[in-house]
Amino acid sequence: MNRSKFDFAVGIFVAIGLLAIVFMALKVGNLAGFDSGSGYVLEARFDNIGGLKIRAPVKSAGVVVGRVDSIGLDSETYEAVVKLRISANYRFSKDTIAAILTSGLLGEQYVGLESGGDPVYLANGDRLGKTQSAMVLEKLISQFLFSKAAETPAKTK
Amino acid sequence: MISYLTQFIEMLGRFVTSRIDRLGLAARFAGLLLLALGVSIRRTTLIIREVYFSGVRSLSIITVSGLFVGMVLAVQGYEVLQRYGSAESLGVIVALSLVRELGPVVTALLFAGRASSAVTAEIALMRATEQLAAMDMMAVDPLSRVVAPRFLAAVFSMPFLAAIFSAAGVIGAWIIGVHLIGIDDGAFWSQMQANVDVRIDVLNGLLKSIVFGTAVGLISVFEGYFAAPTAEGIASATTRTVVISSLSVLLLDLVLTVMMFRGLS
Amino acid sequence: MTLLHGSEMIALKDVHFSYADRPILKGIDLSIKKGEIVAIMGGSGSGKTTLLGLISGRLKPQSGSVFVDGLDVPGLNKANLYGLRRRIGMLFQFGALFTDLSVFDNIAFPYREQTSLPEALIRTLVLMKLEAVGLRGARDLKPAELSGGMARRVALARAVALDPSVMLYDEPFTGLDPISVGIIGRLIKRLNRALGMTSVIVTHDINESLRLVDRVIVLSEGKIHRDMVPDDVRTTQDPFIRQFADGLPDGPVPFHYPGADYVSELFGA
Repeated sequence: MNRSKFDFAVGIFVAIGLLAIVFMALKVGNLAGFDSGSGYVLEARFDNIGGLKIRAPVKSAGVVVGRVDSIGLDSETYEAVVKLRISANYRFSKDTIAAILTSGLLGEQYVGLESGGDPVYLANGDRLGKTQSAMVLEKLISQFLFSKAAETPAKTK
Repeated sequence: MISYLTQFIEMLGRFVTSRIDRLGLAARFAGLLLLALGVSIRRTTLIIREVYFSGVRSLSIITVSGLFVGMVLAVQGYEVLQRYGSAESLGVIVALSLVRELGPVVTALLFAGRASSAVTAEIALMRATEQLAAMDMMAVDPLSRVVAPRFLAAVFSMPFLAAIFSAAGVIGAWIIGVHLIGIDDGAFWSQMQANVDVRIDVLNGLLKSIVFGTAVGLISVFEGYFAAPTAEGIASATTRTVVISSLSVLLLDLVLTVMMFRGLS
Repeated sequence: MTLLHGSEMIALKDVHFSYADRPILKGIDLSIKKGEIVAIMGGSGSGKTTLLGLISGRLKPQSGSVFVDGLDVPGLNKANLYGLRRRIGMLFQFGALFTDLSVFDNIAFPYREQTSLPEALIRTLVLMKLEAVGLRGARDLKPAELSGGMARRVALARAVALDPSVMLYDEPFTGLDPISVGIIGRLIKRLNRALGMTSVIVTHDINESLRLVDRVIVLSEGKIHRDMVPDDVRTTQDPFIRQFADGLPDGPVPFHYPGADYVSELFGA
């Protein structure tokens, strides 16, 4: 019964295992990315959030600056209340616009922030003044069909 | 004709009741094992010894299998992706498949076949040669000294082995994808990193492997402990360990996958 | 029985034991005094090993009581049962040595598990026990490298490691060459005297046991058939014991397994 031999081998085993886990966390995953819990929270209200989900990215100029923290409904105004958790590294002006965009044609939806020129910055808990709701495919199609139908009667005259 | 039917129903009933009996026995055994864990967790020397025999000795098969599985994933994945012009997403496909599913599941299946069957045979042989009874007679609880360390070794080794499998797989896919097929190295890693979340994917994968380790560990020591003390008894106990462990891993995988990954879509 | 032997060590009162609805012991009354060496004999399946299991607490009787050193064995909880077992040693039929440990580690096992003695002291004790059974030079061998007789001697050394008060032997002579049988027999007797133990030996071996025991208990049909001293066994005319002692093929224990009539089975329909 050679205890030191077992201890050594198991030690190497655990070391390799931990290395593999670290490799996965850093090289394969995005641990170096955003850690929820830090940063500050902004509120944005939309008429329609489309397919936006919790933990969806918040991007500005295409760079991920935060995550969607929570989604709720204001039962009086029937607006969607979205809380965005923004990394402390970034500041946005008070007249920033929040829009719900789609990555690619049919990809996942995210919140895009477009900063304005206001010298005053948004602080923790502030609400974004201007928002742009998601484009719902059915509404687009019905709009398109409706406008097409509106054109045709004029032509037959 | 009727007699055949009644015979068949009788047989079915007997089969079901025997399965339920055995399940009850397993549950009671698990309870006793749980109680014995408190004592045996302090016997680190014993646990380390078992981690060596179950975990360390499985390293070669796990690493090589992971490497090959990753390579195959790369070949197959590229074949499909390049039809839609998405060959750069190869890293994502391979990483997610490995980390979420193949790593934990295949590792558990290989472990069941290699390490757990050996544990079952070992315990069954100790039962057959009255070593467990002798220990019991010397006022040493065989559950604490023989069974629990082997169970704990399985639970402990599994997540490390699963991580090593997945890591080897990613490296294998990288070798094939980037160096043989010619996918862009930067795209391979950056796409992967953008789409593999540590909390959702890596951590859940490790959690799965811990659950699998618990199941496989429990099954292997149970089958060994209650094996019939004959050559056939040991042989059937060993095969039962592999079969039941494999099925349990696949079933648990389904349950866990639904629990962990369904809420994302 | 001399004046030195005191109170009752092992007592079974009206013990009934069945295994899977098959009755094995049907009312056993047994009393063994401290210091006695007792042999238990009987045909295969007569319940000899069951008796050992009852005494050691591995089996619980369906009815009746089992007392060892004043303790009600079936009623003991696990901790107390283990406490009792530290004072009982058992030699299993084929030794039941731990195959992954060396001879030395096998004997050191009870010391390491049950005591917190320092390794140096354990080494001394192990060597002493090995010397008593004549195997001090074999201490680094593995059980697989031992002959049957040697393995059983090591198992004996391990069983007496903690100086038990009661020793149980499950067929200690079975399968051994005559020299080893003699060695084991002598060791059993010597250890019993030296450590003041009470020994219960389950065995088939008439000759060897008559040489070393104080009493012979013969089991038959789940009951004690006879309880006699060795001299009486040699001279008794009881047909069952005679068949046993003389090794006769047929007698109260039939040669033929019960079945149909021979002639009709060969020629008839």
